[in-house]
Amino acid sequence: MTDNFTSLLDFLPQIGEGIQVTLILTLAGALGAMIIALVLGLSMTSTHAWLRIPARIIVEFFRGTSLLVQLFWLFYVLPLLGVELDPMSCGIGALALNYGAYSAEVVRSSILTVARGQWEAAIALSLSPARRMVRIIFPQAWALMIPSLATLLIQLLKGTAVVSFITLQDLTDKINQLRMSTNDTFFSFTVGLIIYFVIAWILQELMNLLERRATARLGRKRPNSRTERRLARRLARGEGGRHDADDTAAGKGVRP
Amino acid sequence: MPPTENIAPDPDGASSTEASASGASASGTSTPAIEFKDVEKRFGTTTVLKNLNFTISPGERVALIGPSGSGKTTILRLIMTLEELTDGYIFIDGQPLTHTERNGRRVELPSKTTRAMTTRIGMVFQQFNLFPNMTVLENVIEAPIHVLKKSKDQAVQEARELLDKVGLAEKADEHPSRLSGGQQQRVAIARALAMSPEVLLLDEVTSALDPELVGDVLAVLRTIAETTDITMLLVTHEMQFAREVSDRVMMFDGGQVLEEGPPNQIFGAPRHERTRTFLSSVQ
Repeated sequence: MTDNFTSLLDFLPQIGEGIQVTLILTLAGALGAMIIALVLGLSMTSTHAWLRIPARIIVEFFRGTSLLVQLFWLFYVLPLLGVELDPMSCGIGALALNYGAYSAEVVRSSILTVARGQWEAAIALSLSPARRMVRIIFPQAWALMIPSLATLLIQLLKGTAVVSFITLQDLTDKINQLRMSTNDTFFSFTVGLIIYFVIAWILQELMNLLERRATARLGRKRPNSRTERRLARRLARGEGGRHDADDTAAGKGVRP
Repeated sequence: MPPTENIAPDPDGASSTEASASGASASGTSTPAIEFKDVEKRFGTTTVLKNLNFTISPGERVALIGPSGSGKTTILRLIMTLEELTDGYIFIDGQPLTHTERNGRRVELPSKTTRAMTTRIGMVFQQFNLFPNMTVLENVIEAPIHVLKKSKDQAVQEARELLDKVGLAEKADEHPSRLSGGQQQRVAIARALAMSPEVLLLDEVTSALDPELVGDVLAVLRTIAETTDITMLLVTHEMQFAREVSDRVMMFDGGQVLEEGPPNQIFGAPRHERTRTFLSSVQ
């Protein structure tokens, strides 16, 4: 076992590089996916059929085909058509397209979930459709879509593992190398699990932070938030005295 | 063929078809503030309004009463362009709102033209519909800044005056969710007034409120009725209030005006049996 740890220590710089590749793929892929999701998701809520229908077709196509095949297509087929992309661009592109399609559906449904009265109030104030979306509808839809986007972000992180098939040395690839050099399958893959889990956990915390901010801006508390649960525990223990200090999520602290 | 309304002569002979408008309103007394011409509204196969014709004079306060499903809220929603007209025309200040007649055909106006027309119309909803992602003040200044292109300083100053008028000056920086229903509705009234509308539509504005909060909202509306000359169209179940503020009451039944007249006549001596039964059911 100690041997394993010494070889892990020796291997750390390599694993660090792997983590770096995985993070770049995750963050760049997520950024690309978000841009695609906004464009396609907003198009799918359009009243113009010439926008809505093509967007719907693109979304269904990329949701309905495997990420791995999309990746292979970008990596092996595009060069046949004369477009040569480096492996990193292929990886980011495939992740962005695949998860962008999923996220587009989240964007679309969240926008349509915003109360009808909000759209009507915006029309009654003669706000232009663009203004209405940017100032009224999207900020409210944003708070609704974050939890689903967080789940997709974690899935995207885990999805990055497929890029090892196209010669990229990401975290999974490095873990595999660790396994080969230590000859201890249990140890190596457990280390892999833990690293992925820690990254996923950090991403989830960041998304929770975003969600708290978005809901606070709507003057609401996130349902079942951590502060709320902490407060409940404290009250249960019979020390409710300081709960005002926790009550910051709802805003300015000015009590009516 | 591209739209040519900028050059084409106007068969209606109305002074201007385009609503970009001088902003300055209310010409002679002869032009009605609102005119419904052969209006028809269907939802699917249900006809809500049919062959509806009426006019409302500038500054007039008209209460629309009648059983639910009689089409009165639909009338407000058609004026605010929240519903699409199935047939017929609506004119605001003599200018077509959503459709116009050109060479004997009914043509839809460009959405920008319609939107320019709706800046003259304000609406207050049953459910308030304040924007929860903005403070009270931001709710009120949003449209004046971005639609009327007022400067921020001017919009803020006017908004604060309006909030003061509805008794909520000290709530300007609060989030709507921290206000009571009655306070939210008064903010919604201030928000509508901030656009200096010529026509104000009030859609059952007290129906969602707890009884003890109704009074404040009605007091604000009474002040507006007394101190401004805004044309007001109100759908309400507050018959006492309708009686107090309105110049004319229109009783609707089945998408038709059953009878209309000054409040004293409608409430005191209704001609139709249906009006009588309706009034006794709500009072």
